[in-house]
Amino acid sequence: MNFEAITEAIPSYFAGVSVTLQLLCVALLFGLALAIPLGVARASNNRWLSWPVWAYTYVMRGTPMLVQLFLIYYGMAQFDAVRDSALWPWFSSAWFCAMLTFTLNTSAYTAEIIAGAMRAIPAGEVEAARSLGLSGWRVLTRIVLPSSMRRALPAYSNEVIMMLHGTSLASTVTLVDLTGAAREMNARTYLPFEAFVTAGIFYLALTFMLVSLFHFAEKRWLRHLAPRSQTVLQPIAIAS
Amino acid sequence: MLHGFLPTLIDGTGITLAVAFLSLVIAVMLGLLGAAARLSKVPLLRGMATVYTTVIRGVPDLVLMLLIFYGGQLAINAAALALGYENTLDIDPFVAGVATIGFIFGAYLTETFRGALLAIHAGQREAGLAFGMSRLKVFWRITFPQMIRLAIPGFTNNWLVLVKSTALVSVIGLTDMMHRAGMAAGATREPFTFYCAAAVIYLAITTVSLLGLGVLERRYSVGIRRAA
Amino acid sequence: MNLITRRTMAVVGLALLIVFASATYAQGKKIRIGVEGAYPPFSQIDPSGKLSGFDIDIANAICAELKAECVMVQQAFDGMIPALQSRKIDAVIASMSITEERRKAVEFSDKYYQTPARFVVKAGSRIDISGSGLKGKKIGVQRSTTHDKFATDTFKDAQIVRYTKQDEVFLDMAAGRVDAALVDMIAAQTGFLKTPQGKNFEFTGPVYEEPKYFGVGAGVAMRKNDVELRNDINKAIATMRANGTYKKIQDKYFDFDVYGKYVPSSPLAKK
Repeated sequence: MNFEAITEAIPSYFAGVSVTLQLLCVALLFGLALAIPLGVARASNNRWLSWPVWAYTYVMRGTPMLVQLFLIYYGMAQFDAVRDSALWPWFSSAWFCAMLTFTLNTSAYTAEIIAGAMRAIPAGEVEAARSLGLSGWRVLTRIVLPSSMRRALPAYSNEVIMMLHGTSLASTVTLVDLTGAAREMNARTYLPFEAFVTAGIFYLALTFMLVSLFHFAEKRWLRHLAPRSQTVLQPIAIAS
Repeated sequence: MLHGFLPTLIDGTGITLAVAFLSLVIAVMLGLLGAAARLSKVPLLRGMATVYTTVIRGVPDLVLMLLIFYGGQLAINAAALALGYENTLDIDPFVAGVATIGFIFGAYLTETFRGALLAIHAGQREAGLAFGMSRLKVFWRITFPQMIRLAIPGFTNNWLVLVKSTALVSVIGLTDMMHRAGMAAGATREPFTFYCAAAVIYLAITTVSLLGLGVLERRYSVGIRRAA
Repeated sequence: MNLITRRTMAVVGLALLIVFASATYAQGKKIRIGVEGAYPPFSQIDPSGKLSGFDIDIANAICAELKAECVMVQQAFDGMIPALQSRKIDAVIASMSITEERRKAVEFSDKYYQTPARFVVKAGSRIDISGSGLKGKKIGVQRSTTHDKFATDTFKDAQIVRYTKQDEVFLDMAAGRVDAALVDMIAAQTGFLKTPQGKNFEFTGPVYEEPKYFGVGAGVAMRKNDVELRNDINKAIATMRANGTYKKIQDKYFDFDVYGKYVPSSPLAKK
């Protein structure tokens, strides 16, 4: 191990961490905002609402995020119509393309998580609310959503970790995130082992931080659902 | 069609599938071993398995792939040299890709299998032993079939994520379908066309997998009553 | 459980052995050559997935000269030297410039061609190629190339955008995501300027040949101290130059002398 080279590159790794976290936070924020209405539609009994969302999440979860990213970053630029449109200043930015891809991707997974949690709500909770005379909208916003968002926490924490890892793809479209910093160190020093082990340690630290954050959140908001199952990191794919 | 690149894409799909299936075999074996170690009474084994699953699941696939592809080869070279071999073992991108993905998903499957094994009531095993069955027989006749049923949902997830992860082997130089789509995109300057084609192929693999594993799940769930 | 663990362990061990045993031992005269496949006209793949180009023809000719069995391993450029060092490949024939910097890490043969580098910009953009003229501008380069190193060191106020493949630089150049690209002149001409996408682009600024950055031509890279292979390859290049094989190959691709003006400087001769 060449520790000197690692020490020298540490500042660029921290710069990479900042890019990684920015991408992660923005994508999660917008992704969640999209996922809530999508999840409600997906869990709805109305086929016209649930079916399009099913198709959307099926495609997003059935294809690699790398393909989605390349489609948006390189693919969009193939069309003159896009390049001449008012949207081009946005699409010409690698940062925007990466963020858009990550947002759409996480919104699909999160919508399924929320829909799953909504279906898992005991019928009694809803019936109790109805019998108190609450309107459909109120039942949704006051009872169903708060309760299912809490129940969705363990699964959502997995999704957040998967997204953290997913942001590493940003390095394939010229962004210098944490993985990008490692690739540049590798290209500069020809020390792949040192470069990627360092990146791995940074990612592990970030993962642990996020996991403990969610443990804390679960303790706070899921106390009533004891005994809790332990949060297990599992990739969440199409089957629910 | 596709400027003549269709055959090479289909060729690449074969490589993608080969990588996926072979790495699945390794992942299942590592997963069973890992689950056994995680549940073993030996603290050292438990510790090793925990470190394995924690580290692997805490680091992005892409980083692990780059690390194992380059670093793994360096380690093997060092080991070969220590054993006195002049010529080092040559690991081509295919073997490296399969080993790497197998190693990564072994960690995820360890947790899937562990969860499934834990969900089987201890009384069942005890009953088997009380009937005079050997431990092996108890495993094959009682624990294993139930574990499969319980593990199928998690297994399905992992398989689908694994298939999609194979797209990353293109980064380490394996000429899988994604790699060929990228090459064609560069050569024809039509990235949208070729990444769309790649997306459709991945979606087809996903769909076939879901249908197949759905059949398997129904087969192993015979006799399980489901709440409507 | 114990018995099962032991059995599974044996099975896994066996399987791993089979997997690894199927990977062959590097033996005798089998040379694995790292090539890029995304750098026309030097290295590209056709629709059937077949490799072609100047680098590929040179590689085949060298192998024929050495009477060696060669395997072409396609590999991203920034992974070439790491792959060489981890013994995944034995030689790199990928238009890699012979620079002092790289010489610290790998052994080079004599050059087998030499072409200069230049900036490509949108026609009529009037970007001034200087420290101040490129301030805040985006310069596209292929990662870990001489162009990358030179642009990074020289234009400190510009934003260097690094790509894994040369193709990607051109895709983003055409899309207008970078203001300028520093590229090999021949690769730029064949791979971009002469294609429909490149019709609104042009060369600008000086022609770069400075050996400190751009090296003394492209050579075959090998592991440090792989002296025997280097000597064999140097001999092969000299023979090909002498017996017309080189000319035949170069005429397939270029209507000028791609070998360039520098005379081969063999490190052996230097000693």
